[in-house]
Amino acid sequence: MSESKTMMEKISESTRSLTTGVDTRDVEHWVTIYIMGRGYSVPADLTIMTAMEFAGYKLIRSCGCRQGFCGACATIFRREGQYKLESALACQTRVEDGMCLVQIPFSPAEAAYYDIAAESYDYSVFSKHYPEVARCVSCNTCTKACPQDLEVMDYIQSAIKGDFESLAEQSFDCIQCGLCALRCPAEIVQYNVGHLGRRMFGRYGSPEPEHLKTRLAEMERGEFSSVLDALVGASTEKLKELYAARVRESDE
Amino acid sequence: MTSEQTSTTRAAPDTGSPKRTRLPYYPGCTLKTTGKGLEDSALAVAETLGVELVELPRWNCCGVVTSLTDDDLMRHIAPIRNMVRVQEVSDAGLVDDKRVVTLCSMCFNALKWSNARIVGDAEDLKSLNDFMYLEEDYRGDAEVVHFLEILKELDPEAIAEQVKTPLGELNVAPYYGCTLLRPKSIGIDDPEDPTIQQELLEIMGATVIDNPYKTVCCGSYQTVQDKYAVAELTHGILSHARAAGAEAVTTFCPLCAFNLDNRQREVLEKHPDFEPMPVFYFTQLMAVAFGLNPKCCRFDLNHTDPRPLLRGKGLMKEGA
Ligand code: SF4
Ligand code: SF4
Ligand code: FES
Repeated sequence: MSESKTMMEKISESTRSLTTGVDTRDVEHWVTIYIMGRGYSVPADLTIMTAMEFAGYKLIRSCGCRQGFCGACATIFRREGQYKLESALACQTRVEDGMCLVQIPFSPAEAAYYDIAAESYDYSVFSKHYPEVARCVSCNTCTKACPQDLEVMDYIQSAIKGDFESLAEQSFDCIQCGLCALRCPAEIVQYNVGHLGRRMFGRYGSPEPEHLKTRLAEMERGEFSSVLDALVGASTEKLKELYAARVRESDE
Repeated sequence: MTSEQTSTTRAAPDTGSPKRTRLPYYPGCTLKTTGKGLEDSALAVAETLGVELVELPRWNCCGVVTSLTDDDLMRHIAPIRNMVRVQEVSDAGLVDDKRVVTLCSMCFNALKWSNARIVGDAEDLKSLNDFMYLEEDYRGDAEVVHFLEILKELDPEAIAEQVKTPLGELNVAPYYGCTLLRPKSIGIDDPEDPTIQQELLEIMGATVIDNPYKTVCCGSYQTVQDKYAVAELTHGILSHARAAGAEAVTTFCPLCAFNLDNRQREVLEKHPDFEPMPVFYFTQLMAVAFGLNPKCCRFDLNHTDPRPLLRGKGLMKEGA
């Protein structure tokens, strides 16, 4: 195909944005967005993340999976004529005309260090490591901020009640984006509280799965050592070959 | 609205029908943690009396202390959000009453006071409804009651019928503290000389020891700042009860219970001759009198173990 390119095709290709693959001449609808206060005209169907790249930003932070999974791209924005500050994941949210936005590089939240084997499985683990949970005023601001649509206030209330199971369930889909903590008037770090609760529930609250016990025993007996040693000793070529021939769960 | 205007609970025992009255129930955080002895025993007692307490879904902290500052609406969000939950279960027909039952005296006080304060000011109610735009608007017609009030509405005969182990020789001093009684507009009984616990204890056959220290403050949250100041109050309250002939006191408040019971450790440090005294949640004693499984009393969570006293009076089997 490359041999048969016309001159016009070559010119057209050169105007294609390297990062977004957008050809400006193909674009019918444009919107104006404001990134940290400065206006840019961008194609209307881009996400906040690709729009920022279109505008010339190179994202070396606040950008990870681009799939709505890693939580790195927390963004705060305001719609034109609105007083409300809203929040979203930049990789999952379409730009809108007049949007004024800023990406949050990261939230400098405190995370507790603990030996999970030494903690007691009751509400006191939260008052010990995150005593600020007791300051929750039930304003629900965290829930409104959550791009995962979690009931964040409810899981914090579960922590206060020492209800590990509902805390684990309700916070399960948290991607640790930090938006709730940035908005909380009580300065609670919800996602770390959720993390602690899920770990505690995993260790003390849920039964140990049989297959895990069996597999651990197999590993102890060294049943996988030879396979693993062979991999470690393999050449790059051999590894590539094995990788290409691998069986994925979805193929089975 | 006074309790006279709602008669739904009163009918429970005398219809003879097995249908239980379903009342919305707000537990509060402490009853799920250190105050388990209060919750478990109260639920067992309620069930015995044909009152079904339906725990509110998604309830949150009660707000703990009612903010008295005019413009501090933020502190009323928590209690009013709970009132939205009461409205929800009532609208959905999951309960037979719009009065939410509380057990913890602090929760009772915080919810009732805040509800009265916000419902009494249409503008503030609107501000809160606007702020909580993800919730249904609170219409302001739900009420807060304490479990003692529900007990008092029941036919005394029906309660007496359930008494399998009359408390007999047990000398008990009811303790009220502040939050069940004050301010007067919120309280469930005479703030100076309350008798509601006494009446019920008498139905259960206990010997009630009345003494003026029943309404003295336990020191409340000062217990965090200065445990020895609270220990002095505990010493005063329990010593007066003892001098009047009491062997135990009763309470409905997990914070009073903590101060009167756990702080006996500090009392002993300062007053080595002090004789420790069991502090019962009121419903623990009711469960004993009803002959319910003592497991529901969670006596393991009491600081001063009340079991030796109960065994000594023949109110509890050896080994139970
Ligand atoms: S709970 Fe908080 S950190 Fe987790 S996804 Fe929601 S906003 Fe992000
Ligand atoms: S934002 Fe903070 S104070 Fe408000 S409900 Fe969430 S955790 Fe509680
Ligand atoms: S980049 Fe990972 S969630 Fe947006």
